[in-house]
Parts: sequence; C-alpha cells; structure tokens
Amino acid sequence: MSAPLTPSQTVGPFFGVGLPFEKGEQVVPAGAAGSIRIEGQVLDGHGDPVPDALLEVWQPDEGGQYQTVVNSTATGFGRCRTDAEGAFNFVTVKPGPSRAPDGHAQAPHLNVTVFARGLLRHLVTRMYFPDEPGANAADPVLKLVEPARRSTLMARDDGEVLRFDIHLQGERETVFFVI
Amino acid sequence: MSEDEREPAYLYPDYVGTRLRAPVKPLVQLPDGFHDFPAPLFPRSVTELDHDLTRQHPGEPVGERIIVTGRVLDSDGRPVQGTIVEVWQANAAGRYLDQDDQHPAPLDPNFSGAGRCLTDAQGHYRFITIKPGAYPWKNHRNAWRPAHIHFSLFGDVFRSRLVTQMYFPGDPLMGQDPILQSIPDQAGRGRLVSRFDPETTVPEWALAYRWDIVLRGRAATPFENER
Repeated sequence: MSAPLTPSQTVGPFFGVGLPFEKGEQVVPAGAAGSIRIEGQVLDGHGDPVPDALLEVWQPDEGGQYQTVVNSTATGFGRCRTDAEGAFNFVTVKPGPSRAPDGHAQAPHLNVTVFARGLLRHLVTRMYFPDEPGANAADPVLKLVEPARRSTLMARDDGEVLRFDIHLQGERETVFFVI
Repeated sequence: MSEDEREPAYLYPDYVGTRLRAPVKPLVQLPDGFHDFPAPLFPRSVTELDHDLTRQHPGEPVGERIIVTGRVLDSDGRPVQGTIVEVWQANAAGRYLDQDDQHPAPLDPNFSGAGRCLTDAQGHYRFITIKPGAYPWKNHRNAWRPAHIHFSLFGDVFRSRLVTQMYFPGDPLMGQDPILQSIPDQAGRGRLVSRFDPETTVPEWALAYRWDIVLRGRAATPFENER
C-alpha cells in the first residue's frame, strides 16, 4: 500500500532568500586541477531570458560513483540561480561513466535540474560532453531520444568554457525526462 | 491513479507564468530505475539554530509565532531520515526579503525568512517561525497568494526531490489561487494544507501546525542483495 505523494508547487520568484548559497555554483573550487567551467542561459518560449530560475547539478565522481558520505570536499552537487540575463555557470570536473540500472555504462553526464517561477514541477535534463563521441553514441539514454533532439543535451566546446543553454519551450526545446 | 495524475501539469494557463515556460514537447520516459541513484549530497552544514527563524537577529520578529512540525516519509510509508529540509517565506506583513519583491509592505529587520533542519531517525522535522502574511501578485486582477511556507527536500534517491508549498487550514484565499488549484484533485490540494496541532501547541507561547510530506521512493524494486 503506497502513501499518496505530496504534490509539487513552483519554487516561485522569491527563492533567493532561501536556496542559493555562496559559491554554490562551484562543485569544485574555481581553479582546482582539472576543473571546467560551464556557462549557459535559460530561455523561455519567446527566446527571452529567464531571470528567476534556479539550477542544480548532481554528478558522480571521476570513477562514476555518486557520493553518499558527508564531509568529502567535493560532493558533486552545485546550485546556481540565473541572473538578469538568464545566465548561470558552474565550475566542476568531468564525471566518469556511471552504470545504468542494467549495468551498462552511461556516457559521462551531469544531471541538471531546473526550477523557476512558472514551473509547477521541476524539470530534469542531462548535459553530455562533446569530446565523448564514442560513449555518447552508445549511451542508453541518448538512444531513447529522437536523433534530431539529441543536440539539446550536448554541451558545446566554446574555447575556455563549455556552453549549455536550456530552452524551456520552442523550436530548440531542451529534452526533459519524466521523473 | 498514477503518480502523475496527482501532480500539476506543467502548462496551467490560469497561472500565467506557465504559458511560456512549460515544456510543450513530450518528456522522455526512461526505464524504471534510471532516477534511483542516490539523492544529492547537500554540501551545507546545519547548525542547531537554523530551524528557528525567530532567533536570527537581535530582536524578535513581528507576527504570530508558530511551530511547524511533521514527518518526511517515502511512498512506502518509511521515514526519510537525515535529509535536509529547507524553508523560506514572507514575513508577517507578506513581504519577502528579496529585492524583486515590490509589495509595499514593511520589511522586518528581525526576520530574514529562511531556515533549514535535518530530519531525525523517525523522519521528523521542526521549525519555529512566524505565520507568513498573504501578499498580492500580478497574475490576474486582485490576485493574492494564500499564506504559505516554501519547502525544499532531497530524500533518499534522485527522483525523491521535491519543492513545494505548505498552506494553512481555513485560508479563504486558497480557492482562488491558481498555483494551488493547478493540482488536479481536491485530495491532492488537501495534502498541501497543514492542520492545527493542539498537542504540539505550547501554552502561553506558540500555536503549532502539523504537516507530513511524502516523497517518491525508488521506481524499481531493488534486488534482495542491494537492500
């Protein structure tokens, strides 16, 4: 007998007092060995910036394992609110390949969660890495996404940073997953 | 009834903010178990007083002091222990400490409106705060949000994540609030309304409200050797 779930509600526009925290966007300290910077923008159905979104990333370590013990220096979690231009950034390291429930390898990816005013439930997507063509081609989740939309899950190498924009609606709408 | 039928749809046009932000294309369904990996490990510590929103400043905040308690359970009824519960809210006048909040109601120098705590071994959480005020918003003419406290929880697995709002019993604004009414069934809306809790109420000091929270558990049944 399962208990009825508590329904979701929007994070609203005023989460700034409660959820963001200092250096939350630094999954690893800025400048740490092997660190990468991810930059992106959250956009609505008109292509306008979403200035009141909150993003969370959650990723396994370089061995593909999710941290489950408190007190480690890098937990694999980051949180960043968008600014007036809808922009966010994270500093992290590339995770290793984690295992799917059936034991198959998944390509390295970040789990990205989006909260915003106007989102009655949060959205879950993934950011994959452009320098992993082989692993991406074999990834069991990407295979479930229609080919024309897979690029919405792929970060773009922009020189110093990886670029990952999130389109909530529209022609380039990001692929989101049922939670 | 499936889990999804109890949740609000992403697009709920009466809540104007959903119109350009709700995804239009179908969400991609992954096989059971893909979101059963461990929930995020939250990197902030929780100190003894973080659960008491009335003791973060030299003076006491204005308003009706209340105690908000409850249990966090998974959908099998098991307590979720050691998970962080984050809350934030408006002050007694209905104003958030947020630069974007333009409601012409006073800020309270003794109230920031944010707190957090960890659930205990039985899944209990407890906050001391003041009752938040209702406030106007621009969704439609004469729109007012019912009094509410925002909650954010992680739970045990990735799919347990929940951000929601707790309401107060008997609030006449609930019936016209599109955010609450976006939940399709009355029973679901009722699960966001706390109840007055005379047993926890402290005489001569504070009224108490009780609100239990049920998070998604694993989608796939783990093999015996994984339990």
